[in-house]
Amino acid sequence: MNTKINRIALSLGVLVVLLIGYGCKPKGPAEVTTGDAASKVYVAPGQYDEFYNIVSGGFNGQMAVYGIPSGRLFKILPVFSVFPENGYGYSEETKPMLNTSHGFVPWDDLHHIALSTTKGEHDGRWAFGNANNTPRVARVDLGSFRTVEILEIPNSGGNHSSPFITENTEYVVAGTRFSIPLGENKDVPISSYKENFKGSISFIKVNPETGRMNIEFQLRTPGFNYDLSRAGKGPSHGWFFFSCYNTEQAYTLLEQNASRNDKDFIMAVNWKKAEEYIAQGKGKKEKAKYAHNTYDEKSHTATSTMLDEVLVLDVMEYPDIVYFIPCPKSPHGCDVDPSGEYIVGSGKLAALMPVFSFSKFQTAIEQKDYEGDFDGIPVIRYEAALHGEVKKPGLGPLHTEFDGNGNAYTSFFVSSEIVKWNVKTLEVLDRVPTYYSIGHLSVPGGPTTKPHGKYVIAYNKITKDRYLPTGPELSQSAQLYSIEGDKMQLLLDFPTVGEPHYAEAIPASLIRDKTVKIYPIEHNEHPYAAKGEKMTRVERKGKEVHVYMTAIRSHLTPDNIEGIRVGDEVYFHVTNLEQDWDVPHGFAIKGATNAEILIMPGETQTLKWIPKEVGVVPFYCTDFCSALHQEMSGYARVSPANSNTPIKFSTGDTEGQK
Amino acid sequence: MKHLLIIPLMLLLACGQQQTSSTTEAIGAPLGGGQSNVKDETSEPDVVRVAVGSADHTTLVTALKAANYVDALSNAGPFTVFAPTNAAFEKLPAGTVEDLLKPENKEALQNILEYHVYVGVINEELVRDGMTFNQVNLDNVTLNKSDDGKLSVNGANVLGKVKASNGVVYVIDAVLLPPDKK
Repeated sequence: MNTKINRIALSLGVLVVLLIGYGCKPKGPAEVTTGDAASKVYVAPGQYDEFYNIVSGGFNGQMAVYGIPSGRLFKILPVFSVFPENGYGYSEETKPMLNTSHGFVPWDDLHHIALSTTKGEHDGRWAFGNANNTPRVARVDLGSFRTVEILEIPNSGGNHSSPFITENTEYVVAGTRFSIPLGENKDVPISSYKENFKGSISFIKVNPETGRMNIEFQLRTPGFNYDLSRAGKGPSHGWFFFSCYNTEQAYTLLEQNASRNDKDFIMAVNWKKAEEYIAQGKGKKEKAKYAHNTYDEKSHTATSTMLDEVLVLDVMEYPDIVYFIPCPKSPHGCDVDPSGEYIVGSGKLAALMPVFSFSKFQTAIEQKDYEGDFDGIPVIRYEAALHGEVKKPGLGPLHTEFDGNGNAYTSFFVSSEIVKWNVKTLEVLDRVPTYYSIGHLSVPGGPTTKPHGKYVIAYNKITKDRYLPTGPELSQSAQLYSIEGDKMQLLLDFPTVGEPHYAEAIPASLIRDKTVKIYPIEHNEHPYAAKGEKMTRVERKGKEVHVYMTAIRSHLTPDNIEGIRVGDEVYFHVTNLEQDWDVPHGFAIKGATNAEILIMPGETQTLKWIPKEVGVVPFYCTDFCSALHQEMSGYARVSPANSNTPIKFSTGDTEGQK
Repeated sequence: MKHLLIIPLMLLLACGQQQTSSTTEAIGAPLGGGQSNVKDETSEPDVVRVAVGSADHTTLVTALKAANYVDALSNAGPFTVFAPTNAAFEKLPAGTVEDLLKPENKEALQNILEYHVYVGVINEELVRDGMTFNQVNLDNVTLNKSDDGKLSVNGANVLGKVKASNGVVYVIDAVLLPPDKK
C-alpha cells in the first residue's frame, strides 16, 4: 500500500518538475505581453472607454468608431459607400451625397482621417475623410456621427495626400496621387508624361463656424506622384509638406521605374504666400466640373450642386510658394512633430529616415542654399535642411506619430514593427513586432500639437493566423500597445471592419457629452414630413404617389393604403415621431428593389417603390422597437394600371371587421 | 513520502516569478511569433521557405536566422533575393562565414544579407544590361545580361530562378560583398 502511494507521489513529483521546467523556460513568444495586459484593456460592463478611435475603413469607403482601450466596435459610419444598416445611399434623402460629376458612385476607397483642430489641438467638431478613387473630401459631424458634406476635387488623378488639415482647420488639403494631363489638351500620348502631365494640390477652405468647404485655390505642380502630407504647426504654421515619389516621372512599371532615384522630394508649400497671391488677384479661373453635396440636418435631406470653376495658381509662375527638399527613396509618410520644428520623411524603400529641421530649412531658403532646381523650382541642399538621420531603424518606414515627451513612433511595413525613437537625439529606444505588416499607426492626438499619448495602435495589412480563420477573406487586424513605460507593451489584438487604413484617437470627453440624441420634431423642415399623425396623408401627382407616413411605437400611420396602381412611383416619406434616444424605426415594403430605410427619432426618410403587379402588399417596421414591433405593419393595395380605385388611407379603421 | 514532494515545491518557489506568466498563459496569453511561424502548407512558399526547402542553401538559411531576417522576409515584400549557394559561401576565405555568424558581427552580417535583397520584383525579361538596383542596405548592385540572355549580378552568375509567393529568388554562385563604407 505504502509503496503504491510512494509511487504515485513520485510520479506526481516528476510531473511537477516537468511542469516547472516548462514554466522556467527562457522567454518565448508568450511573454511579449505581461500579465497585466488584460486589466489594462478591460472596460467593465457599463463603463466607458477613454478614447474614441475614428478608423478609416480603407477600401470599404466608410469610417468605423471603436473604443480604446477595449477595441470594441461602436459604429460603422458610411461616408463614400452605401450602407444597408442605416439606408445611407439608399434613401432618397441621402442618395445625392454620393453624386459626382461621373454620376452616382456607390462605393469608394477612404484612406485617411483628419480630426479638426483649433490651435493645433483636437476640438472634437469634425472628422474629414478622403475618397481616393473618385477624388473627394468628406466632412463628418462628430455630434451626429454623420457625413454632412462631400466635395469633389476636380483636376485630380486620385486623392491620396488628403484630407490633412492646418492648425486651426483653415484648410483641408487634397493632393493628387497620380499626375495626369491638365488644361486644354488632355488627349495626349501616355509616353508624353514629362511634357504634359501635371500635379494638382487643392486647398479647401473650411468655414470656421459651419464647417462648409470650398476649393479656395489649386496649385498646379510638377508631374509626379504626391503621396502624403502634413501641415506645419507652431513655428512652421503657414507651411504644408508633401511627400513626392516617382520624380523619375515613370508612366509604366512604376514598381521598377519609379525606384531608380536615390532621392525623391518632400515638397514644402508656403500656403500663406499662396494666399497673398490670391488676395492680389493672381491665378487663373479654369473650367471644371465637380459636385458639392451637403446634408441638411433640419430638412434631413442632401443636396448635390454641380460647380463649374476653380482658381488655379501655377507654381512655376510663383516660384516662392514651393521648395523641394530631397528625401531618400520614394518617401511615403511626411510627418511633423508636435513642436512644428521637425519633419520626418519615411523613404519606404530606405533603411534610414531623414529628419528635417524647419528652422534650418528657413535658413537654407534665405541663403539660397540650393543643390539645383526641378522644373525651375529650387531644390534645397539635403544637408542644409537636415536635422539628422535615424540610421538603420528598420525596413520600410511608412508613418510616424508622436507622444508628448519628445518621442516618435514609426511603423515599418517590410520588417513589420513599430520603432520608438527620440526626435532630437535620433536614438532608437525600443521596437516591438506587429502581427503582421503594419501600415499606419495612431497615437491619440499624435498628429496634433498636444498628443495625449498613452497608447499606440497598429493598423495591420496582413492578419493570417491571428484569429480563428474565416476562409480566404479574413478579419482585418489592429493592435493596441501601451506607451506609458519606457518599453512598448502589447495589450490587445482587435479585429476591424474594412481595411483599417489610418485613424485618429481623441479623448471621449471631447465628444461624448455633445452627442446628438434626437432630432427635435418641431425643427423638422423636410417638405414631406408629417409632424403628427393628423398630418399624415396620401397624395397623387400624376404617376407619383406621396405617402406622408408617421412611425411611433407601435404603428405606422396610415397602415391601410388603397388607390395605388401598377407602375406608380410611390414615395413613402416616413417621419419617426419618437422623441426618445435610441428608438429608431425602420421601413420596408415587399418588392422594393432598393432596400429599406432607417429613421432616427424626429427624422424623415423616404423609400421609393414602383409596384409591378396587382395585389395587397405588406409593409412593416424593420427595427425592433417595442414589445409590439411585430404588430407594426400595414398593407398597400395595388390595383391595375388602368383602374379607378380612389386614393384611400387610414389607421385603425375597423369598419369592415366583424 | 513527504520529502519527495519538497523538491518540486522548492523548485516552484525558486521560479515563482514565472507564475504570473504561466497564469497569463492559462487565460490565453497573446502569441507573438512573426509571420514565419504561420502554419500554412497550402499557399505557395515565400522566399524564406524557398530557401529553407533547398538543400543548396543551408548556409544562407543559417545566416538569415542569425541576422533575424527570417520574419522580415516572410512578410508581404515583394522581394528579390539573390541567394548564394552553399558552394558560393565556401568560396569565401576560410573562417569568414563562422566569423559572420558570431553575435558580435551581427551588423556586418545584416549588411551583407541586405545587400542580397531588393524590395520589388526584378523581372528577368525587363532587365537591361548594366541596370543598377538599390538594395536594402542602400548600396547598388549591377545586373548584366549577356547576348544569349544569361544574367549576372556584380559578376556572380545567376544559376536559376524560383518564383515565390512574396517575390523571386535568383540563385547565384558567389556571395555579393557590399562596397566598403567611406
